[in-house]
Amino acid sequence: MKRLLLWLPLAGFSFLFGIAALGLIKPADRIVRSHLVGKPLPEFRLPPLAAGKPGLTTADFRQGKPRLLNIFASWCIPCAAEAPQLLRLKAMGIPVDAVAIRDTAPALAAFLRRNGDPYDRIGDDRQSAVQLAIGSSGVPETFVIDGQGRIVLQHVGDIRAEDVDTIAAAVKGAR
Amino acid sequence: MRRWLLPVALIAAPALADPSTPPAALANTQLRDPLREAKAQRLMETLRCLVCQGQSIADSDASIAGDMRALVRQRIAAGESPDAIRRWLIARYGEYVTYDPPLNGATWPLWFAPVVFLVVGVAVARLSFRRRAQ
Repeated sequence: MKRLLLWLPLAGFSFLFGIAALGLIKPADRIVRSHLVGKPLPEFRLPPLAAGKPGLTTADFRQGKPRLLNIFASWCIPCAAEAPQLLRLKAMGIPVDAVAIRDTAPALAAFLRRNGDPYDRIGDDRQSAVQLAIGSSGVPETFVIDGQGRIVLQHVGDIRAEDVDTIAAAVKGAR
Repeated sequence: MRRWLLPVALIAAPALADPSTPPAALANTQLRDPLREAKAQRLMETLRCLVCQGQSIADSDASIAGDMRALVRQRIAAGESPDAIRRWLIARYGEYVTYDPPLNGATWPLWFAPVVFLVVGVAVARLSFRRRAQ
């Protein structure tokens, strides 16, 4: 009995060491994901912000065709980085709408001039109200919405070249 | 000129990555009714800032935390209960967003471990005192 007890501290140490090592090898997932994926888009109505472009409402996503909903801002640097990928998705025939977070009309116009403009509609979200209502925790984020207004996929962070196929496939699979 | 570039860049970079719009009206302004403000404050202290992850929205200067404070104050002012607001946020962000963990399969050790430790501690203390008395 006493000889077995002698090993107890080592066993305890190994156990704790194992937990720490596991945390180093496989770090915890820190991405905050929306729990509304698979559920309908919440009701909202946002005024326009860009000249010649309408604002955005939930009804725009119930027209029978899947669309992308991009959460972005002109002050957000990764949003400028993902702009070419959004233009690529647009060129593939996927319509893209956007919610602009805490933005101003002149800053937004300059952003679209500099980085290109893949958007059909841009809604003005002054107080991040729509962002909070759909469970998004930052910019940029992109949601795939099916033709009935249901959220199919959430992409957190900027869209990289290697993410385009996954998003295009999700749009294709959504009806 | 060249040697000023780095300090200037260090000052300028963070400013570029933040919105230039003023914070929401209720982000940093208390509600008129002190009772409701106290309710809102208690709730804000137990909601997690989504981008800072280690701070409550009452403590954080992040712009999304300001917008979450505005959301809490608007809803409290409209007569909504703090529990309903917490549930609304949990439905969107999961239990991650609350610092007041609900009792469920994953959190029961958090709630019951202190009781178990106390019982074990009392038992160990009794045993050792009894041994000493002999």
